[in-house]
Amino acid sequence: MVATRHVNVKQGDVVLLVGTMKGAFLARSNGARRSWEVGGPYFPGHAIYALAYDAREGRQRLWASPQSEHWGATLSTSDDFGRTWTNSESAPIKFPEESGVALKRVWQIMPGRADQPQALYAGVEPAALFESRDGGATWSLNHGLWDHPHRARWQPGGGGLCLHTIIADPVRRGRLFVAVSTGGVYRSDDGGRNWRSANQGVRAEFLPDKYPEFGQCVHKIVQHPAHPDRLFLQNHWGLYRTENAGDSWEDIAHGVPSDFGFAMAMHPHDAETVYILPIESDMFRCTPEGKLRVYRTRNAGRSWEPLTRGLPQKNALETVLRDAMAADPLDPAGVYFGTRSGKVFGSPNGGAAWDVVIEGLPPVVCVKAAVVGDPRKVRVPKARAAGAAARPKRRGGAKAAARPKRRAAAPRRRAAGPAKKK
Amino acid sequence: MAVVFHIPGYLRAFTGGAARVEFAASPATVGEALGLLWSAHPGVRDRMLTEQGEVRPHVNVFVGDESIRFSGGLATPLPGACEISIVPAVSGG
Repeated sequence: MVATRHVNVKQGDVVLLVGTMKGAFLARSNGARRSWEVGGPYFPGHAIYALAYDAREGRQRLWASPQSEHWGATLSTSDDFGRTWTNSESAPIKFPEESGVALKRVWQIMPGRADQPQALYAGVEPAALFESRDGGATWSLNHGLWDHPHRARWQPGGGGLCLHTIIADPVRRGRLFVAVSTGGVYRSDDGGRNWRSANQGVRAEFLPDKYPEFGQCVHKIVQHPAHPDRLFLQNHWGLYRTENAGDSWEDIAHGVPSDFGFAMAMHPHDAETVYILPIESDMFRCTPEGKLRVYRTRNAGRSWEPLTRGLPQKNALETVLRDAMAADPLDPAGVYFGTRSGKVFGSPNGGAAWDVVIEGLPPVVCVKAAVVGDPRKVRVPKARAAGAAARPKRRGGAKAAARPKRRAAAPRRRAAGPAKKK
Repeated sequence: MAVVFHIPGYLRAFTGGAARVEFAASPATVGEALGLLWSAHPGVRDRMLTEQGEVRPHVNVFVGDESIRFSGGLATPLPGACEISIVPAVSGG
């Protein structure tokens, strides 16, 4: 049996939550984000499609959904960064008997708004939204969406018929967005009682009617809290932006090698900046030209630039899935993504330069990033990080120069299973 | 008479670590026997069954050497004293 290694997480640490097909992992670093300590595997042998960190009301709670092909899917929490996890006797998420269906997988766990600290949401397969009003003690099916007349005509995509993205609008109380593959984007303005499709302008390449009311295979949507009516959308073919909360979408695939892709991440501080990772096509779901390139827009999609420093640009046929890219809330922001080949890459400087955070993992399906405590109080060596990004990447040299001195005081541990960044 | 359950490693987290659970009872069917197990160890139930009450596709239940998939499922009659094995199927990747 594989030994699980634990990490010693402290206030001010950056924590990456990494879900793979064979278990969950944690990586922690300080504000420099140059050296990572890796813990795990947690739930070895289970697929972990959904992970979340809930810091509301002073919590330091990890959420995970371990899924076993044998024993089904459940939810588990840890308040000590993975040392112990709950294992409830009764499955927390169950479809009602009259639905006639059974839970297959949890694709997303999303803490609700900050001013609703007991609210949590879960997106599941078959596509449905579950809600908790008591901090996750009990969950119930959102009937407004489940009873929507469109639902019976949603179709499974390659990953299954899943509700994979949930956004609780931080400004308009009661407004929720969900994304379904394949069903499209749906919005509620009344706390989830009523839903309407929000797909106007989004292409459905695989249907005779290319612009249907619903049925699009939306892979990811993101929103910036300071600009909540603007959302970005990575489609199964197509990149889009809305300025009216999904009433209509505009094509923003300007200057990308492919507008097919899965992952998309919002910059934590800049409502104009979004990251994507283009994939060649739905027939060949790998990075175009064997180059692992993150693309970034800094003008809300009017143009995109490749970010390649530190990323392999030869023979890199990688796949990054829809929930496997995230940004941390520090300044400069850290950006992270995981590949199906079991690597996690990270950039401590908003994408200017990248390095391997972990390698040798099972296929990565989920990456989340969090800061323990108040991100504003975290010491970030900005000047050094910027300097490192500006220099050509040299093995060891640039990284060593960028390391803060106080890092030397922290003991570095080797990961038990997966190799970690040296 | 007695019904003996053989518990796989994963489910022993819900049986207090026991690999073997025995009931001095004479349930008429596999479903009734499992009801005894689930009453005593509730965490086992949702791991074995979907919320629709069906045995999960990759969980096998044997009475002696016979899989209940071919003998009537949970309605499979029991012969009296018997041994019931819960076995994860050979699956995965």
